[in-house]
Amino acid sequence: MVDKEDRVTRNNDFTIEVHGVTKSFGYHLVLRGIDLQLKRGEFLAIFGRNGAGKTTFLKVLATLLKPSSGSVRLAGLDLNDNSMEIQRKIGVVSHQTFLYDELTAYENLRFYGRMYDVPDLEERIHELLAKVGLTSRIHDRVRTLSRGMQQRLAIARAMVHDPSILLLDEPETGLDQYASAMLRELLVTFDAEERTVVMTTHSLERGLQMGNRTVILSKGRIAYEGSNKDLNLTELQEIYRRYTGAGQ
Amino acid sequence: MSKSIGKILVILRKDLISEARTRDVAASVLIFALLVIVIFNFAFEPGGETTKLVAPGILWVAITFAGVLSFNRSFVLEKENGCLEGLKLCPINKEIIYLGKMLGSLLFLLIVEIIIFPIFSVLFNLPLFMPKVALIAVLATVGLVSVGILFSALSVHTKAREILLPILFFPVCAPVIIAAVEATGMVLQGEALGSLSSWLQIMAVFDVVFVVVSVLIFEFVIEE
Repeated sequence: MVDKEDRVTRNNDFTIEVHGVTKSFGYHLVLRGIDLQLKRGEFLAIFGRNGAGKTTFLKVLATLLKPSSGSVRLAGLDLNDNSMEIQRKIGVVSHQTFLYDELTAYENLRFYGRMYDVPDLEERIHELLAKVGLTSRIHDRVRTLSRGMQQRLAIARAMVHDPSILLLDEPETGLDQYASAMLRELLVTFDAEERTVVMTTHSLERGLQMGNRTVILSKGRIAYEGSNKDLNLTELQEIYRRYTGAGQ
Repeated sequence: MSKSIGKILVILRKDLISEARTRDVAASVLIFALLVIVIFNFAFEPGGETTKLVAPGILWVAITFAGVLSFNRSFVLEKENGCLEGLKLCPINKEIIYLGKMLGSLLFLLIVEIIIFPIFSVLFNLPLFMPKVALIAVLATVGLVSVGILFSALSVHTKAREILLPILFFPVCAPVIIAAVEATGMVLQGEALGSLSSWLQIMAVFDVVFVVVSVLIFEFVIEE
């Protein structure tokens, strides 16, 4: 018989556990049985062509979509029964910022902070704004910030409740090279705090640089999964071509 | 419970700040309602018997159509930058989003009515400054807003939302619009509060049913 305490410990070994997840929209099957396990502190980069199911998979992890079948556990909690507790543990950065244009940087963070019941919110807001380099723009409305600044603020928003799991859905979309580099730097800073990160991206180079594990999705299935250790860009490009049929 | 109320107020405050800064909805809704009233004022002789008969209809058509304009905007604001997803990610019961948005729209439409009613009263030479009219206005507005916000959330993901919202909204709201028009007409004819009771009851029941139903189904409505 398994002791309850042992079971909790074992469940918590993996921060993210996905078993046989499928997702369909009507008759269209987008995810076709995803199995994945991630430990605390791992950084997973997910690649795949458009329509491969990357965003859908991330939305399932983010509790925004319910899987049609299969099970998802985040931080030891089942997604179907504990979505609110899970939401406290995840932060999401997408190519959309989830920020209100007419509110200031401070007001946006205060709004989300209150929704997450963040303690010592004032202190947290100032700390985050300093971290993303927006202290001088604290009282500026979001619509007056550049796209790069907005995306940095979106990272601060996602981190306001100090989540242990960070889900990034093509966070660099629409950013110039400088803003992209800054964003990467920021994500590395936040990742250093032992978070589990899942990022979808089209850039093999960035995914390889930032992640320590790679998954390639193709037609709703995991076509390739492996460690980034000893993997160089040329090899990854070759693997990507082989499993997605890109460039053929 | 108090935490939920606090979060409803946080959403309300956010909507009020946004609207106070842009005045997008306020300007268009007010101008629209005023235009309807002014145009009909030219069509009917102020203070006449016919006017007394048609005035409640004109008043509630102006308010209902103006309301549709504001409901349309309510969730469009949340769609910009994917804010609705941001809200859905928050660890809250999703009916809190509905109640926060509903409260904002209710407050907004009541303010529009506070501005519109005196102007209507002067232009049509009809006495609208009565507690009975205020009661009708509150009951009718709660009903309109409860349905309007629900359908606004439902239609926001569709391309034809400007068309879809009124198509869904008007048939469902017909009972509350008819009750508001009839009750207002009876007040203008000098009827006592007691004789309005059946219309007031219809509005009250409509309000309770639609607020409860909307709260119960809202989570499914905003699901992708």
